[in-house]
Amino acid sequence: MSEPTITTPQLEIARATATEQSLKDLFIDGYRWMLLARTLEDKIASLYHAGKIVGGVYLGRGQEAFSTALGMSLQHGRDIFAPLIRDQSGRLAFGEPLLDATRTYLGSVRGPMRGRDGNIHRGRPAEGIPAMISHLGAMISVVTGMLLGRRFRGIEGQVGAATIGDGGTSTGAFHEGMNTAAIEKLPLVIAAANNQYAYSTPNTSQFACADLADRAIGYGVEPHRVDGVDLYECLRVFSLAVERAREGHGPQLVVGKLLRLSGHGEHDDGSYVSKNLKDSLLGRDCIEVAQQRMINEEWATAVDLKAWEEEAREKVREAVSCAQQEPKPDPFSERWVNLASAWLIEGSSSHA
Amino acid sequence: MSITYLEAIREAQALALRSNPAVFLYGQDIADFGGAFKATKNLAAEFPGRVKDAPISEDAMLGVAIGAAIEGMRPIVEIQFADFSSLAFNQIVNQAATHFWRTNVPCPITVRLPSGGTAGSGPFHSQSMEAIYAHYPGLIVLTPATVGDAYSMLLDSIDLDDPVIFCEHKLLYYHLKEPALPDPKNCLPVGKARITRSGKHATIVTYSAMLHESLSAADELLKDGYEIEIVDLRSIKPIDTDTILGSVARTGRLLCVGEAFPWGGVTAEVVARVAAEGFHLLDAPPQRLNAKDTPIPYHPNLWAAHRPTARAIAEVLRGMLRF
Ligand SMILES: Cc1ncc(C[n+]2csc(CCOP(=O)(O)OP(=O)(O)O)c2C)c(N)n1
Ligand SMILES: [Mg+2]
Repeated sequence: MSEPTITTPQLEIARATATEQSLKDLFIDGYRWMLLARTLEDKIASLYHAGKIVGGVYLGRGQEAFSTALGMSLQHGRDIFAPLIRDQSGRLAFGEPLLDATRTYLGSVRGPMRGRDGNIHRGRPAEGIPAMISHLGAMISVVTGMLLGRRFRGIEGQVGAATIGDGGTSTGAFHEGMNTAAIEKLPLVIAAANNQYAYSTPNTSQFACADLADRAIGYGVEPHRVDGVDLYECLRVFSLAVERAREGHGPQLVVGKLLRLSGHGEHDDGSYVSKNLKDSLLGRDCIEVAQQRMINEEWATAVDLKAWEEEAREKVREAVSCAQQEPKPDPFSERWVNLASAWLIEGSSSHA
Repeated sequence: MSITYLEAIREAQALALRSNPAVFLYGQDIADFGGAFKATKNLAAEFPGRVKDAPISEDAMLGVAIGAAIEGMRPIVEIQFADFSSLAFNQIVNQAATHFWRTNVPCPITVRLPSGGTAGSGPFHSQSMEAIYAHYPGLIVLTPATVGDAYSMLLDSIDLDDPVIFCEHKLLYYHLKEPALPDPKNCLPVGKARITRSGKHATIVTYSAMLHESLSAADELLKDGYEIEIVDLRSIKPIDTDTILGSVARTGRLLCVGEAFPWGGVTAEVVARVAAEGFHLLDAPPQRLNAKDTPIPYHPNLWAAHRPTARAIAEVLRGMLRF
């Protein structure tokens, strides 16, 4: 299967129909989501290093353009977005409240996970954001199932997206999920961020094919390839892939090439990342690339950039301080109930 | 000089690589990086080609190990976190565990599972899976609680002709230290429990990190004049029923403590054996203490209440000693 040639992405529409103005607006929105995510994650990292966050901290640094473009290409309230560990910006762009992040990292009981789960292991499944488990690949078939469930319920035209890393494509779950979605011809978009490493393991020890996008072909899935550092390109390709899925062309696999600009987690200095890669085009910082485009196209001035940075810092400051002041879980009032049918719990006083 | 539990695991692997050409290590990020916990640090450089990075394909990792074992190799597989062994479950319980029984060809693999809870690790990086694997015939399941046992039992695992599930506790990795490694020749064999502390008022049967919580609880009770005997199972399967019964015969009271979920499992097995074979020895109903019956919580406040702690163990003991 060759790459689809039809182009109906939002961006193309923007360009053709209205105008420079709407194209510019779309791009600027994207940039601001990226910036907000970066600002938040920088803050989360410093809280972690100050010992204020327990457990792992995994950042999406360097992957904001790719993740944001996916989030923006989907419609909150209609579509499904299943993020993984490097999708803070996609979450924001899709519509996850900023507070969900700070509350979950800081263990506030008011967060969606109520302190039961932490960090990026969060979601709002009833609002189209499934809560990832750590086991890589496992979310792809779950999104497939959500789409199938909607089909059973007579709902069509809604797209589901799941993200994965280069390493995650080696799981059986990735292959089983993609194949199943293809058989059912479901509107699934798999966004594979090839950041060149899975923890310390480089692509060369992870897979032997020339390009991960080639994997789509064997499953009857449409492949897309994109420069994952370039917001403009990511917006173009993701809106195309989402439209293809929405129009009934079955699952789409979008592979973005980029580089993880952090350690695997904040406990890791990533010293094994090759200098050649860091110095290559893959190692560009997508935030800077986006800034450059805005300046070149005269979509924004240095003053605008400063103002947006200040605005992002202010939002993050608010979200962190709010979560910090909120109550943390109390083991004595926690009910330790693990069933929806709570009356089936032994010793339960509400036994029917 | 002192050596940690984690270093003991590394040293055992180094010794095995040095002394047995059939041994190789296989796991994610274990070669140049030395593993997520550094249990294989420097081994790839010391033993070129014999410490291999695996893709994120747990099912294939175990299948490959089993295949190599059939061909006479002695693979040690590191699963990055025990929790991810669920992806290799089929190969472990259906392929490895049944292989010798079905074909008379042994399957000598060692599967290292970094197990157990640590603060902030949440539901998917904290699990204790020994009972799941012990349920299946054909597997040996080991749960070392000391530096010396981590060392000698890992060496035993590699020598054994059966598949071994080696549950090493992440909480012990860096903190637990001993002055030196034991000579494996002087160590207890697999299948033997150890009486870590002798006493006369009650017996705690436990294993892995819960040994240390139990020891603290016993210290606590000593202040009230109670001497608690502690049996460290070391090996979950086979389980040393004789040592357990011998201890209960001395104390008349049994508390079994485990970190895994409460339903079924190691503690239930111990209580069942003592109830069936040593009912006449008991002065009080046998008790068991496990984690709570919910997934393992992320927040440290919840986690500390979810797992058995010295305080919780001491409380149960006090209740039992009132009989
Ligand atoms: C099935 C499974 N095995 C192992 C792990 C441990 N683990 C967590 S992240 C990771 C690396 C993931 O690499 P990749 O998929 O490329 O994503 P990236 O971290 O680069 O975004 C590993 C091995 C896991 N989460 N799931
Ligand atoms: Mg990767």
